[in-house]
Amino acid sequence: MSPTVTTSSEANGNVSAATARAAEKAAVDAAATGPQPVTLAKALNTAMADAMHAEDSVLVFGEDVGMLGGVFRITDGLTKTFGPSRCFDTPLAESGIVGMAVGMAMNGMRPVIEMQFDAFAYPAFEQIFSHVAKMHNRTKGAVKLPMVIRVPYAGGIGGVEHHCDSSEAYYAHTAGLKVFTPATVADGYRMLREAIDSDDPVVFMEPKKLYWSKDLVDLGALRDEHAANAARGTSSEGRAAVARAGTDATLIAYGPSVPTALAAAAAAAEEGRSLEVVDVRSIVPFDDETVCASVRKTGRAVVIAEAHGFASVASEIVARVQERCFHHLAAPIRRVTGFDVPYPAPKLEHYYLPGVDRILDAVDDLQWED
Amino acid sequence: MTISADHTAQQPGPAAAGAADSTAGAADAASEAVRKFGITVEDYMLPARHPIQIVGPDGALNPDTEQGAQPGHEYGLPGDAELLAAYEQLVVGRRVNDQNSALVRQGRMAVYPSSHGQEACQVAAALCLSDGDWMFPTYRDSVAVMARGVDPVQAMTLFRGDWHGGYDPSEHKVGIQCTPLTTQLLHAVGVAHAAKLRGEDTVVLAMCGDGATSEGDFHEALNFAAVFHLPVIFFVQNNQYAISVPLAHQSVAPSLAHKAVGYGMAGERVDGNDVVALLAVLGRAVQLARSGSGPLLVEAHTYRMQAHTNADDATRYRQDSEVAEWVAKDPLSRMKAYLTDRGLLDDDGASRISAKAEAVAAQLREGLGEDVPVDPQDLFKYVFSAPNPQLKEQAALLADELARDAAATTSEEPTR
Repeated sequence: MSPTVTTSSEANGNVSAATARAAEKAAVDAAATGPQPVTLAKALNTAMADAMHAEDSVLVFGEDVGMLGGVFRITDGLTKTFGPSRCFDTPLAESGIVGMAVGMAMNGMRPVIEMQFDAFAYPAFEQIFSHVAKMHNRTKGAVKLPMVIRVPYAGGIGGVEHHCDSSEAYYAHTAGLKVFTPATVADGYRMLREAIDSDDPVVFMEPKKLYWSKDLVDLGALRDEHAANAARGTSSEGRAAVARAGTDATLIAYGPSVPTALAAAAAAAEEGRSLEVVDVRSIVPFDDETVCASVRKTGRAVVIAEAHGFASVASEIVARVQERCFHHLAAPIRRVTGFDVPYPAPKLEHYYLPGVDRILDAVDDLQWED
Repeated sequence: MTISADHTAQQPGPAAAGAADSTAGAADAASEAVRKFGITVEDYMLPARHPIQIVGPDGALNPDTEQGAQPGHEYGLPGDAELLAAYEQLVVGRRVNDQNSALVRQGRMAVYPSSHGQEACQVAAALCLSDGDWMFPTYRDSVAVMARGVDPVQAMTLFRGDWHGGYDPSEHKVGIQCTPLTTQLLHAVGVAHAAKLRGEDTVVLAMCGDGATSEGDFHEALNFAAVFHLPVIFFVQNNQYAISVPLAHQSVAPSLAHKAVGYGMAGERVDGNDVVALLAVLGRAVQLARSGSGPLLVEAHTYRMQAHTNADDATRYRQDSEVAEWVAKDPLSRMKAYLTDRGLLDDDGASRISAKAEAVAAQLREGLGEDVPVDPQDLFKYVFSAPNPQLKEQAALLADELARDAAATTSEEPTR
């Protein structure tokens, strides 16, 4: 199987605001041909709309996702297009949303549900941990739960408390859940379609600070790519992508940290250091092959994530790479993560977030003189 | 609005009534019920003043005026065949409970939460449903699960300890026996919602106990079912105790059935040891739900005659005299007296039913006495639809460990 994954640095495809504005109307038209400036929000929205067109059993529900189109407008227009039985608001209760989705998935539907914010998903954790993750195993595969739990996550938006958590480790630590997180607009479309196609439950972590970032993307081509992959039985699921090729060290990042890693690599290039950036894409399952191939090539690595470093996904990546690439390493693998403190208030968050300087400091520490 | 087949056909998707539209349907249904029964919305939603009881503890039929019925809360007597079938299941259920408790003592099962004393609730829950309906049971509802048709040995797999579940929920439309309290009520809501969107007339019975009504998912499930106007019957077996904690420490509501009105649904209380009343009340609830009433809440007053499980010591929190009072209200002896008195059950009939119960007990002894080999590779097989690379690695690790163990055992064997 050779899945079609675009590995170019799509996150670097930002265009000037003026060009973006001029082209936005065209991008909104999904039929527009050729690459257009498209936001991650639009890509996710289009992915859901296309999946709903393709399959009557795909339903979208959650808090404010109907008439309002979601607080981030990711479900904008779905109720209008598909009617209130296909995209609808629920009472304000996250456990209820997830629990009802479990029953719907047991009875032939493919629910795509929205948790309004990372921290607001916690009331649903029992349903997610005890049932979403375990139903397939408990019933020896008799019950499949093809459902997607969309979670806008992470910070960098000046949000008040409970609106900026990086909660991916809780889901990644739960056996039975797939955990995806796109970092580019194209992956937003591609990975959400694949998540909806999956017969296993997927926690789909959406970096909310990237919702309005634009890449030059051809939605029509992505739609064709999805159809072609489906016809061949292939997909990009579970694959990491090399977002920028390099030779001296590897930056391993996912979700909101990928653009930061790319910016660090661009800055390092000016200083004559060639950094490769690997976008993890899928936290569960984890693509050891792609990540380790890069580290074996460069011999040095820094893992970057917004979440707290202690007992984190970043820690898991360091452990896995060290176990598999020890004899290729010229220096200990470094982590650049959020501090082990509750997510800070807006005026303090820039101290907390992994930034270009902190990443470059970590790269400088990779024992270049030894 | 009401759901019509025509409306279903016009929808582009599988959906019938719009979810947003269905909230308007709830108010309509309430006023329709009011028109239908000629009572106020409050009188429709609040339980009858007294719990419904048709046959008293001594097996005598209560006079019509003393069954707890009132306008809009009227219940007919179930047919003779239904009553006999129920009695048969009661006897089987009691035998299953006692056999399983014995198997735990013999070490053949890890644990068994017995519904001894609650068999009338168990049996009625299964018998009130049609084949296309769904039931969502708890860990204590094994007898209901079997009465619904699930193979007894498959149902007991969970407690035997070779896997966390032993039956395919879709085969008999019985959800997994759920341990985390009230989480299954939301699954019931989801199953009903999916069926409604497809225009099917499925009714879903969602079971929980009195202690469980304190859980958050109880509230969320009732509210979701009411807001989306779904045909779910929430059936609360109030057996007076949540392990050791009596009902008074869970709720000071006038009754658990009274909680219904807060969600805009109808509630009813019933004697949970009177299978006749249970069949009447649940049967009518199923009928109402299927004809578009939205959800209903039924509270059955019963008693957990034995400890929570074999690991519990009930003498630490309740008096023998209290247990003795409930022996006198036993659901089996009352039904036997009633059917015998009506001439529906004679010695031959009773023997036939006993023999059937013994056959099920023998099946359990045989099935649970058997040492079923477990396959360690099953650990990895079902986590996802297909094992991911991480799980394949771990499966190989365990296989290697076992192969080396086996080789070591072989080489240690003395040669002759």
